[in-house]
Amino acid sequence: MAVEHSPATPAGDRSRIHDIGYRGYDGPRLGRAYARRSLYSQSLRGAYGLGRSVKSKVLPMLLFAVMCVPAAIMVAVAVATKAHELPVAYTRYAIIMQAVISLYVASQAPQAVSRDLRFKTVPLYFSRPIETADYVRAKFAALASALFVLTATPLLVMYVGALLSKMGFAHQTEKFAQGLVSVALLSLFFAGIGLVIAAVTPRRGFGIAAVIAVMTISYGAVSTLQAIAFAQDSTGAIPWIGLFSPVTLIDGVQSAFLGGSSAFPGGTGPSGGEGAVYVVAVLSLIAACYGLLNRRYQKVGL
Amino acid sequence: MYDPTVARLTYRALLGRRRALILGALPLLLIVIAVAVRALTGADDQTASDVLGGFALATMVPIIGVIAGTGAIGPEIDDGSVVYLLSKPLKRPTIIFTKLIVAIAVTMVFSAVPTLIAGLILNGNGQQIAVAYTVAALVSSIAYSALFLLLGTVSRHAVVFGLVYALVWEALFGSLVPGARTLSVQQWSLAVAHKVSGGDLVTSDVGLTTATVLLVAVTVLATWYAGQKLRALKLAGEE
Repeated sequence: MAVEHSPATPAGDRSRIHDIGYRGYDGPRLGRAYARRSLYSQSLRGAYGLGRSVKSKVLPMLLFAVMCVPAAIMVAVAVATKAHELPVAYTRYAIIMQAVISLYVASQAPQAVSRDLRFKTVPLYFSRPIETADYVRAKFAALASALFVLTATPLLVMYVGALLSKMGFAHQTEKFAQGLVSVALLSLFFAGIGLVIAAVTPRRGFGIAAVIAVMTISYGAVSTLQAIAFAQDSTGAIPWIGLFSPVTLIDGVQSAFLGGSSAFPGGTGPSGGEGAVYVVAVLSLIAACYGLLNRRYQKVGL
Repeated sequence: MYDPTVARLTYRALLGRRRALILGALPLLLIVIAVAVRALTGADDQTASDVLGGFALATMVPIIGVIAGTGAIGPEIDDGSVVYLLSKPLKRPTIIFTKLIVAIAVTMVFSAVPTLIAGLILNGNGQQIAVAYTVAALVSSIAYSALFLLLGTVSRHAVVFGLVYALVWEALFGSLVPGARTLSVQQWSLAVAHKVSGGDLVTSDVGLTTATVLLVAVTVLATWYAGQKLRALKLAGEE
């Protein structure tokens, strides 16, 4: 406390607000939609390491290259041998490369959300005019778009290659569109699963292992069981077993409705009715992931 | 060479909170599959060998090895709290050795024990299959733990590289390029398992002598080099 010089003077006379040069902001307020768009574009760039260090660009770019190179080779072979059909269908490509896609989700989903949790930056986001749903939507959309870029680019390479070698425009376009729908569904679905798991743990390493475990282990378990069911001639059980792993779910949807051939043992994909169950399962799982993420961020750090 | 305090801390880091439950989910899944397969097909030696070889040894053991091996040291280096451990009057190789022992123990408990149980469920240890795959899981636990512990000290992205090795190298390249199988922990442990079972159901592309020498060499070298890396550890900021 300062020494009171003249206790007789009333306090009101000496107190005043000094103008020390702070200035109010009178520029444009860009608002919630702008903040959400920025978060989306930053997360999308971050998923490929753009705007981050060289070291963190290596893995996503490497996986992107690994996704595209086989497609380019296939196109080259098809053009050289003057084939009338690409060696691998558009819808099959993502299923064949599923290990790479799983690795990408596993490495980039924790990158998108775990670090915000660990360094406690989530409350800072929510001090801006965005809400829980905006954050979740931006992150979900960013990872899904990154995955779509990863899975659709090789299809584009194949499509362009097929058109250049004059394989029949209408037929190729139809197949290409089916492939795009399939990878769009796959992107949304995998992004949802990856984000839900990654949002639970602030530890990046653990998040990666958990995502890959869910993707790969469930696929390994399901395909083992399907192979055994096939060997035992209980082919009716094969489609139902396929409901329990993300990759086989996508496989089932596209072999039922998108003109793909199934990778299930014996090539027995789900029939129309079973395929409907697959579609419902995929869509409700995507919705469930979105709901779970929203619930997770209701409380976090606040 | 073994420090009980470091061991206790590492156990807590690996199994504390709810992490033991997550680690336990994989073995549980294996046992559920074993029960389902037994109910579907009955006891069959070939099926048992397929499930144990294809799922337990090829997928479950490496993933648990990655989680335990990198998890024993990776997070500490990642968040910088390892300096408190390094500033104690302990030899760095002692720290590594202790963490290796813990990682091996965790991997063995969560992979070899369920493998044995699943084997017993699948065909009641017919033709020594359950025991053979359990031995393979035990042997590969040691090598994987040492290998992934080293990765944890070398790289910040240890988990990803560990998984790339376990899933892409061993599973994908191993099935496409026969030469890659010579350099695979899985095949080395299968060689040991082949010796144990003595039958034709468990086979490996590598001879027993080569496999043993390589297993021991990889484990010792990885542990030694991890100790060296920890002696000259540079703490970096977040990327």
